[in-house]
Formats: sequence, C-alpha cells, structure tokens
Amino acid sequence: MSETTDTGGTRAQGAREGRMSGLSKEKIGGILARQGILVAFVLFMVGFALANQRFIAPDNVLGVIRSSAILGVMALGVTFVVISGNLDLSVGSMMSFSTIVVLDLHDQIGPALAIPAMFGLTLLIGAVIGFLVGYLRLNSLIVTLGMLSAIHGLTLTWSGGQNMDIADKEGTWFSVFGQGSVLGIPVPILIFAGLAVVLGLILAKTPFGRKVYAVGGNGVAATFSGVRRARVVFMCYLASSFCVATAGLIQASRSLGSQNTVGQGMELEVLAAVILGGASLLGGSGTIFKTVIGVLILGFIKNGLLLVGLQFYVQYTVTWVIIILAVWLDIAAKRGRLWSPIA
Amino acid sequence: MAPGTLSGLLQKGAIWGFIVLELIFFSVAGEFLSLSDKAFMDLDNMLLLLKQSAPIGIIAMGMTIVMINGNIDLSVGATFALAAIVLLDSMTWPIFAGLGDGVIPVAMALALLTGIVLGAINGFIVWKTGVDAFIVTLGAMLGYRGLVFMYNGEQPTSHLNWTLVDLAEAQPLGLHVATWALLIVTVLAWLVMTRTVHGRNAYAIGDNREAAVNAGIRVGPHMMLNFMGIGFLAALSAVVFYSESGSVNPNDGELYELWVITAVVLGGTKLTGGAGSVISTLGGVIAIQLLRKGLGHIGADTETVNLVIGLILIAVLFLDRQLNIKGKEALKA
Repeated sequence: MSETTDTGGTRAQGAREGRMSGLSKEKIGGILARQGILVAFVLFMVGFALANQRFIAPDNVLGVIRSSAILGVMALGVTFVVISGNLDLSVGSMMSFSTIVVLDLHDQIGPALAIPAMFGLTLLIGAVIGFLVGYLRLNSLIVTLGMLSAIHGLTLTWSGGQNMDIADKEGTWFSVFGQGSVLGIPVPILIFAGLAVVLGLILAKTPFGRKVYAVGGNGVAATFSGVRRARVVFMCYLASSFCVATAGLIQASRSLGSQNTVGQGMELEVLAAVILGGASLLGGSGTIFKTVIGVLILGFIKNGLLLVGLQFYVQYTVTWVIIILAVWLDIAAKRGRLWSPIA
Repeated sequence: MAPGTLSGLLQKGAIWGFIVLELIFFSVAGEFLSLSDKAFMDLDNMLLLLKQSAPIGIIAMGMTIVMINGNIDLSVGATFALAAIVLLDSMTWPIFAGLGDGVIPVAMALALLTGIVLGAINGFIVWKTGVDAFIVTLGAMLGYRGLVFMYNGEQPTSHLNWTLVDLAEAQPLGLHVATWALLIVTVLAWLVMTRTVHGRNAYAIGDNREAAVNAGIRVGPHMMLNFMGIGFLAALSAVVFYSESGSVNPNDGELYELWVITAVVLGGTKLTGGAGSVISTLGGVIAIQLLRKGLGHIGADTETVNLVIGLILIAVLFLDRQLNIKGKEALKA
C-alpha cells in the first residue's frame, strides 16, 4: 500500500519537474500515447530477458523473427488495406491456396514456372476482391468473408481434398525461400525485412502512399481532391494478395508439403498484429513500422511464454488482454479520458 | 405504388423466395443426379435439416440482435466451446455426485451462466472502454479459446449421460428438441425486437447512436444486455448440441462466427446496424443448411459448398446494394 503511494508521489513530483523544464505532463502523455506500443514492447522484452537469459540469445531472437515472418509478410499487405479503411479476412484462406498451388505446380511444371504462375493466380484473386470492394464499393468485411469461404472451396477443388507434397524433397532448390540462409540470416527474415522496407517506403514516401491515407482518413474529401478512390483500394488489395503469395511461397518452401487448411484462422491473427501496431480499423492511420512491431510483439509473447514453461495456448488469452489494453489506451489518449463517454 | 415498396418487398421476401428456388432446384436435379432413390423433399430429410440448422441458427438469433444494435460478436465459437466443456465436465464434479440425474439442470444452468458471463465481459468492455466491438470480440475470440484450452489441455472433454441423450433425441410433436429450441428462440427474439422497449431502442441505437443518446436512451446497458444475450444463446446452442454428442474437442466451434454472420447477412441484416429481422435470419440459416444438404444430395463434393456459399454471399451483397442504391442516394442528399 505504502509502495503505491510512494510511486504516485514520485510520479507527481516527476511531472512537476518535467513541467519546469518545459516538458509538460501532456507532452509526455502524448509521446507515451504515440509510441506506447514501442515502450510496451521494450518493457516486455526487458522483463522476459530478466526472467530467462535464453530469451535474448541471438539464435532465439532469430528463431522468433523467422517463425513470425509468414504472419508478418501477410500483415504488411493487410496494413495497406486497413489504412485504406477496409478489412481483409480472406488472407488466411488465400495463403492456403497459394501454398497448395505452388506445391502442386512445382512437380508439374517445375519451380521456376510454378512460382510466377502461383503469384499470377493469387494476384488475380486479389484483383477480384479489389474490384468488388474498390469499384463496386461493396462492404469489405462481407466480401472478404465470402471470399474466405470461396477460396477455401477453390483450394479443396484444386487439391481434391488431399494433402499436397513435393515428390523429391531433397533435390529441389525450391526449399531456399523457407529454409535457406544468407550470411547466417534465414531467408524468410530477409524477405520479410526487404518487403517491409519497400512497402514502408511506398506508404510513407510516395504519392500513392499518401493517397492510401487520404482514402482511409476521409474518402469523400479524397475523392473531391481528385484521388481516384476505387483505384487506390484496388491497388491495396493487389498489394495484400502479393504479400499473401509471398507468405505462401515461404510456407510451401519451408515445409515442402501442406494441408489444405494451413492458413486457416491466420486472417484474424494478422488483423490482431496490425491492430496491435496501432492501425485504426476506421482507416487513415497506421504504419508499416508499427505493424512490424505488432508482429514481433505477438511472436515474442508466444516465445516468451513458452520459455517460462507455459503451454502454447496461454498466449491466446494473453494476446486478448494485450490487444484490448493497447487499443483502449490508444483511444483513451486520443479522447483525453480513460473511460468511454457512452452513457 | 410508392417507389421503394417493391424493392422493400423483394428484400423481405427474397430469402424465402431463394429457399423455394433451392427446394425446386434440388428436387428436380436430385431426380437426375442423386444416387439415392429417396426424394430430396422427404419429410425425414427436412426434419433432419431443421435439426442440423439449430446450432448455428440459435446463435444467429443473438447475432441478429447484436448486429441490429450496431455491433458484432466474433467470439461466439469460443463461447460455444467453453459452455460445452462446462456442461459436460460439471456433471462429473464430486459436489454434484449425490444429485443423480438432478445434475442435468444444474450443469445446464452452469453452462448457460458461463455464456452469459462471457457475453457480459465483452459487453462491459465495449461499453466502458469505447473500443470497437469488432476488436473487443476479435480479442475475446482468442482469449476465450485460450480458456477452453487451459481447461483441459488439448484433450477432448467427454461425458455421456444417457438420460440427457434420451432427452436430446426426443421428438415431441414430431420435431426434434433442437428444432424446438431454435423455433422458441426465434419467436422470443422476434417478440423482444418488435414488442419491447429494449428492441425498439436496439434498432434506434444501431441506426443512429448520436440521435439515440440525444433521445435519452442509455446506450451502454442496452449493448451489454445484447452481448449477454448472444453469450447465453451461444451457450444454449452448445447445450442443445452436446447433450446428444457428449464429447467436445478444444477446437470445436471454430469458424462458427463466420457461418453465423453469413446466415445473418443472407437474411438481410445490415452490418452498419439499425435494420434487420430475426425472421429473415431464420430464412438465412435454413437457406445455408439447404444448400449444404442439397449439394450433397446431388453428389457435389463438400468443397463445392464453400465455394457456392461464398459466391452467393457476395452476390446477395451486390443485389442488395443495387436495390438500395436509389434510396441511399436520396438520404445522402
């Protein structure tokens, strides 16, 4: 009890001192609100590192990032879609499709042709979604919900319901995307990082990126400013499906065989990572960098809980608490009060 | 006829027209394609169809109310699984050992209470934090699923109580118990939404929250009550289903939220809130089940069902928008 009072006193004093040196409490609050997720991430890492030395060992850190890469790559694309003010619930189902297709084509036409063919087919599906949501202006939640089901059906039809396996698992160079490494860094991490840098630059530094924010922030205003909303949304879904195809490539290459349901449920995990990064579902806010942080937080939570000896499913419940706290504190900082004004 | 009346009629009746179309199509196609010599519109087949609609249908009633209210609940599948575990596991608890078959109502009550509590947690968070229901229940979908796993690890939870099984397999007045549950829930939900102040307020809040607040409606408690309602119904759905099957896997109920939302949207309820009908949702539920059964009847593979349902959902959305486009533009201007 006395400890709590002490902390409270220290904090009040700290704020007073802060104000004197020109840094007001509001400013600190603002910085915390804006970079809160980063602060939480650092605190979390330090906490787990103190609890278990192995947590920050280089091979463990690389391992976590590598296993987060597939989710991460998908989250990069979904960030575009979410910033543009839409949702994509079809990415998990689409990832299963890409994985199955590339594995099947691998044995039929060889990996060099299978990869572009798979990218083409996945982009085609992305274009269909982009057309429905962008040009026909249908509700993205329902369209992608429908596509989740439809693509799953497509995948099952393609594979005949069977698991897909590469015949000659030893002798193919195809495994390089999921299992290879360059200078000690696993290829999935390189792909994830490379894609994050490219997409991050596109979003932050190009006119197209600014249009994505404009469309999501205020679609009507953007339209009146001459931004072609439909085309921007269409491109966002293309970007998303490109990322999904890349994720499918990594997944297929890592396991060289797959079930039809390999991506099932990932759409919601991906969305959780994007939201955790601070993107608003209303659109207009979020960055690639923050999404990467969101992905890493989820990955390190999973890993940290396993290392302290908890079962894998504990992370589900921990993720729940973290997501709600993160979003709550974010909007609380924006409206300036903790509790909602809802009567 | 005033403009909009025709489209209104089309919209309200569309789902039932679609069901009739499905029945005709599968009956005719079944004559040529089906391997079994039983007709599709066989009475037993139809009764079974209603029974199989029940688990999704009962939850869909709650989802309709929550969506009319302007929210959404993605955690129903996990709630369903947790309630099922409580139902089956509590029957084996030592403290209830002396009750004999009296344990059945106790276990049911505990399961239903679980659903209400989980729903209340969602509702309370939505109310007090102001975080969007989509995010709150997306988190809860993971969180509650975690609780399901924590309860019994990755093992299935099983307990067969034969009295309960007999109860669940009974067919009073020709209909299965599950069908009765679905019909009673539908009627009650319809009464709540059309005949009570709470129902009227739910529509008002979903239609225009600002206006509802200005009219003096307390938005928070209404939303929380609706979340408790859908939690209760998810648990009721589990009680109906697992009384008969007696065994629950920790993954059970996954993707239920998606099936339920599909049924509700097929029934014409708007995601944006303020419009929708419980009766049309019943139509949506039956239409989906009919499609599953019908495609199976004419020998299509199960994978086709997913494809067709997805495409129909998008087509319905498109048609609905085409029918509404005039009215909406008039409102915007």
